[in-house]
Amino acid sequence: MARKILIVDDEPNIVISLEFLMKKEGFEVAVAGDGEEALAKAASFCPDLILLDVMMPKKSGFEVCEALRADPARAGLLIVMLTAKGRDTEVAKGLALGADAYVTKPFSTKDLLAKVKDMLAR
Amino acid sequence: MKAKHRFILAVVVLGLLMTGPFVVTSMLVWLDMKDAEREMLTGLLLSRLPVGTMMTIFGFAIGVVVLHKLFKQYVEGLLRMAETLRLMLSANRNFRVTAEGPPEVQQLARAANDLAQQRDALMDDVEAQIAKAKASVEEEKNRLAALMSELAQAVVVCNLDGRILLYNNRARLQFKALAQGPTSVSGGALIGLGRSIFSILEKNQVQHAQEVMRQRLSAGKTALANFITTTRGGQLLRIQMVPVLGAPGEGEAAMSGYVLTVENITRSIEQEAHRDQLLHTMTEGSRSALGNIRAAVTNLIDYPDMEPELRERFLRVIEEEVAKRSHSVDQTMAQFSDSMKTRWPLEDILGIDVIAAAQRRIEDKLKLPIKTEEMDDALWIKADSFSLVFALVFLASRLQDHYEPRELRFRLTSEGKLAYLDLIWAGPAMSSETFYTWEMESMQVAGETSPLTLRDVIDRHGGEIWYQREKAAHRAYFRFVLPVAVPEVSHDEERARGNGRPEYYDFDLFNFEDKSIDLDRKLSELTYTVFDTETTGLEPSNGDEIIQIGAARIVNNRLLRQEVFDQLVDPECPLKPESIPIHGITEDMVRGQPNIDVVLPAFHEFCEDTVLIAHNAAFDMRFLQLKEERTGIRFSQPVLDTLLLSAVVHPNQESHKLDVILERLGIHIDSRHNALEDSLATAEVFLKMVPLLEEKGIVTVRQALEASEKTYFARVKY
Repeated sequence: MARKILIVDDEPNIVISLEFLMKKEGFEVAVAGDGEEALAKAASFCPDLILLDVMMPKKSGFEVCEALRADPARAGLLIVMLTAKGRDTEVAKGLALGADAYVTKPFSTKDLLAKVKDMLAR
Repeated sequence: MKAKHRFILAVVVLGLLMTGPFVVTSMLVWLDMKDAEREMLTGLLLSRLPVGTMMTIFGFAIGVVVLHKLFKQYVEGLLRMAETLRLMLSANRNFRVTAEGPPEVQQLARAANDLAQQRDALMDDVEAQIAKAKASVEEEKNRLAALMSELAQAVVVCNLDGRILLYNNRARLQFKALAQGPTSVSGGALIGLGRSIFSILEKNQVQHAQEVMRQRLSAGKTALANFITTTRGGQLLRIQMVPVLGAPGEGEAAMSGYVLTVENITRSIEQEAHRDQLLHTMTEGSRSALGNIRAAVTNLIDYPDMEPELRERFLRVIEEEVAKRSHSVDQTMAQFSDSMKTRWPLEDILGIDVIAAAQRRIEDKLKLPIKTEEMDDALWIKADSFSLVFALVFLASRLQDHYEPRELRFRLTSEGKLAYLDLIWAGPAMSSETFYTWEMESMQVAGETSPLTLRDVIDRHGGEIWYQREKAAHRAYFRFVLPVAVPEVSHDEERARGNGRPEYYDFDLFNFEDKSIDLDRKLSELTYTVFDTETTGLEPSNGDEIIQIGAARIVNNRLLRQEVFDQLVDPECPLKPESIPIHGITEDMVRGQPNIDVVLPAFHEFCEDTVLIAHNAAFDMRFLQLKEERTGIRFSQPVLDTLLLSAVVHPNQESHKLDVILERLGIHIDSRHNALEDSLATAEVFLKMVPLLEEKGIVTVRQALEASEKTYFARVKY
């Protein structure tokens, strides 16, 4: 059975690339454009892993991450935060809020793919 | 016993001497006589009594006249001489007793003068020795002072109570710029020797920093404290504080004060914030765009056989992101060059130095000969010399390209606060469009470029530039208008001396409410504001107004000539023509000056916590008092009057006019009847009087006030 990945980002220009890549690699993919949609899709789509952007309208990636981690039903959900902010303090915050990995833009899609596969295989 | 009482006693004794022996003898003879003899004598005497009485009265009168004459010459003359001798002893060494009166007194006077001469010779010798010893110390001090004043940082030294002991010119200028209200009026009133630093800086912050230093000192570390504070006007100051340590020796050197270096960082903080923002948009702002491009590119490379439609979309992503990035880089660059411009500090520089630099560069780079015409070589301008020279060279190169002039000429003149720097050439008329293009293009000269345009340079200087033709001479010039750096020119006008002003005694000087000044402190320890006013006339209650206030401070028995208050005041009424020769202030000078409503609060701030001194203070105080209701400002501190103090010190001198006192105390000043000059003269007088008052047992302010009051009442009786 194909593993499910939810891509959350408000920028269509990155979403299109990630969606294409993940589909090519055989994942089942869903997309959300903001934080609230992300929470809704997380409930309906039941993804195994979320690629979560930090800077988003309505709810930030940090808030989404916190909300997801507060839900015991989704304990096994993997969260990878994607962000354009490279400061150490923000990396620390993301990990403290329960993200499993933190990737700073611009990232290599190959590395990201390798990381996603590795995390899902564990 | 007073001289006058002694004189009356002498007259009585004289009367007794003239009549006493006769009366007593007559009494004795009378008692010895028989009745018949008495009768005969009475008959004889009564008929001749008028002659005897006349003779006695005549003799008595002559006696009184002689006595009076002797008294005048010996007693009063000697008293006067004693006073002048005291004067020679302390206040005015060069004063000499005038030999007058009877020969004996004259001889005494001459002997005293000779003694004084001898003493002077001795003292001169001693002084020369001391001066020699002091010279090296003085030189060291001067070197330190010169160093301080040359420092680009503002430096203030305070004692532990926050009283300012020392400051440099830079500090004065910096705090003057921070002063509230019209700065010309405040005149740097905030900063001054003996004033509290806490009127400028937050007390708690300074004390906290003091504590930090103390802790660091006791921990054996380098004592240093930094803090940033906000002034009343919202300016940001960065303060660095280091301790002044007492003489080492007994255990640890204790802190006896501190040195503050003050830097106004308001502008640099703003610029830093701006640059941070730019840096941020350049770095963090690029991350997501690059991420989008990178992902799209990788997909295109890794999956070369994707559908054309999808391929098209990835290419569009790349194109879009790259376009966005290019735009943002352009914008950042534009903003960055703006922030480069705001960082330009203008410095004071001699106009001819700028021209000399431009001349060298033009001759060097363009091989174009330069000549100079009329040059004001004492003209200072406010400029950023680098960009200004660049602009001049740029214009020269443009002229060379278009009109090939054989030579260029510079001219430097000024008009009021504006400096005119002209670049002149001979040649045909140029169109205004050409000049406009030159003005707006980025400047380039012989391989060097500047991000700025000529217009930018002009704007940064707050100046102007235009093109003008001299038709008769068949030539044209560019005129740079730049701000002149030293606008203040001192007016040394000769003034006719008037009769001074009358004395007023209708104002009760001795009622004051300000108890914060301790009246029982020594006269030499207090801080004073010595002031004088010039007015439209002599009748304050009849509509005469103040037109100038001048004041100086005395701190620690020293006159501070640099901490002065000097302000013309618009009286808002016409000046009286007859008063103009006295004060030398004309209509033109007062129009446009602040009125008394603005000046008085500033003057009040200047006087804060000081005892006021003026010559014939009643006059000046009356003017200030009449403005109380209108301005709500009260001068409630104690007031000393040098006129009354002079009367205390020299009760036997006839005149206590300022000119006369100056001469008597051997004080020479250049000009008078300007409020500031007169207040400085009054201050000198007061300083000379302090030791004279001390000789009379008048040491504290209270005693001085009481003694003045006595002469005051004494004068009122006459």
